[in-house]
Amino acid sequence: MLFAPLLPRREFSILPGFGLTLGISLAWLSVIVLIPLVMLVLSGIGVGPAGITRVLSSPRVLASLWLSLWASLLASFITMVIGLLLAWVLVRYSFPGKKIVDALIDLPIALPTAIAGIALTQLYAPSGWLGYPLAQLGIKVAYAPLGIIVALVFIGIPLVVRAVQPVLSQVDPSLEEAAGSMGASRWQVFWHVILPQIFPALLAGGVMAAGRGFGEYGSVVFISSNKPFVGEIAPLLIVTRLEEFDYAGATVIALAMLVISLSLLLAGNLLGAAARKMAGQS
Amino acid sequence: MILPTAPDPRPFPRARKFPGPLQIVLTLAAVAVVVIMFVLPLVLILTQALGSGWNAYAAAVVEPDAISAMKLTLLVAAISVPLNLIFGLTASWAIAKFDFSGKALLISLIELPLAVSPVISGLIYVLLFGAQSYLGSWLISRDMQIIFAVPGIVLATLFVTFPYVARQLIPIMQQQGRELEEVSAVMGATGLQTFWFVTLPQVKWALFYGVILCNARAMGEFGAVSVVSGHIRGQTNTLPLHVEILYNEYNFVAAFACASVLVALAVLTLIAKNIVEHFDK
Repeated sequence: MLFAPLLPRREFSILPGFGLTLGISLAWLSVIVLIPLVMLVLSGIGVGPAGITRVLSSPRVLASLWLSLWASLLASFITMVIGLLLAWVLVRYSFPGKKIVDALIDLPIALPTAIAGIALTQLYAPSGWLGYPLAQLGIKVAYAPLGIIVALVFIGIPLVVRAVQPVLSQVDPSLEEAAGSMGASRWQVFWHVILPQIFPALLAGGVMAAGRGFGEYGSVVFISSNKPFVGEIAPLLIVTRLEEFDYAGATVIALAMLVISLSLLLAGNLLGAAARKMAGQS
Repeated sequence: MILPTAPDPRPFPRARKFPGPLQIVLTLAAVAVVVIMFVLPLVLILTQALGSGWNAYAAAVVEPDAISAMKLTLLVAAISVPLNLIFGLTASWAIAKFDFSGKALLISLIELPLAVSPVISGLIYVLLFGAQSYLGSWLISRDMQIIFAVPGIVLATLFVTFPYVARQLIPIMQQQGRELEEVSAVMGATGLQTFWFVTLPQVKWALFYGVILCNARAMGEFGAVSVVSGHIRGQTNTLPLHVEILYNEYNFVAAFACASVLVALAVLTLIAKNIVEHFDK
């Protein structure tokens, strides 16, 4: 058979169904995920180098990609701090209502993003419950870049908390006791003993939040001003290009986004491997 | 209502009878974050939805366009969740119970949709089936509309929910090993019997968990569906898209009334998820 060398080789097993289940999985994966994504890449390449350069050299396109990138990275950093606090309190302390707080952490996963978007917008609008007092202090959240950050932090919190929680609860208490009995302060114990152990998980959660935030659409388009150059995220620009029937433009921006988000994931994995090495985990 | 929780039985290094000042400050900060980020938006949706009274709320929810949006949302979930469930089972069986080359790549490809922006998830089907593509124009000339129609919405939903069941099942089935299944096969059980009586009981909670999350995403997906739907009222509007239209028309009472239906879905999802986690221990 011509393709035999390309087919996955497997060791002998008494269990049945390998060919059937792998066949169904590969076929379904190809139809739903691989063929459409390959078509995207091919149509992007089909635009040609001149066309790709033209789209990517447009200041509006660059501004939107840059906004999506820095907003997702900044939001991911804030989410890591907040997520660490939440995970710490949920793992280490007990207090009334803890189970409800723990359950609510997953709200952004369960709540449709558009619903989160309109609720956050109304909350932080200049006349909103939180927007009004903040406006008195001169802080504009909704329809400003800060609003994008708020939406992305909202989306990212469960990703960070659920990455850190299991690892934090596995941290060996005897190491902390040893450090404490040798005279380390609580801050030193946290900084030198606990944080290195949970940092790879914290980073993994942060990378997931950044990746999710970079492509996020539903929760952002309501709270952002959506103005070109200041509030227009890259996914919104793709939608705008599609509405103008500029398929080449939309495709090239989408390809650029794919390249950036895969680089983000790759950089995150490399950082994570380095952090695990430093923490002495393999 | 806030119920007191039982004290955690695990011995913590600095378990104190009385919380220290740091513990109190951190706990209050965490609760404040959860209230501001998660509780306030929910309260706001309900207040806005009921702001003009119960009658306005009920009218917005039973209005024909809202009803057809709910029906479409249920239909899309009813198609995409079972398909992803079948895929999750076949993929996890092949990956967890057999050794073959390229397994790590396969797992990465299954999780690939998580790294793709929802808007791009919709765009790929527009490029494939839109009127500007060869395939799309051929299908349209035969009266088969994919984009700006229900099939496109189902495809986009299938893409974004693709990994949800599989990624719950694969790690747990790998962890369970193969010995029980091998014993069952040696003793003469068929493949389906082995799966049904040996494997499934071990992974059923992970399966429910994946299905619950898959369903929440399928019913709530916005970006991907928005790109392929065409926003035709009463025909290709899912509930989240209907909420968007009402909101952009400044019809806040109706928008938040319909949003409250999706809030109910989210709350039910969280409750179901916690029940599953409770039984899974």
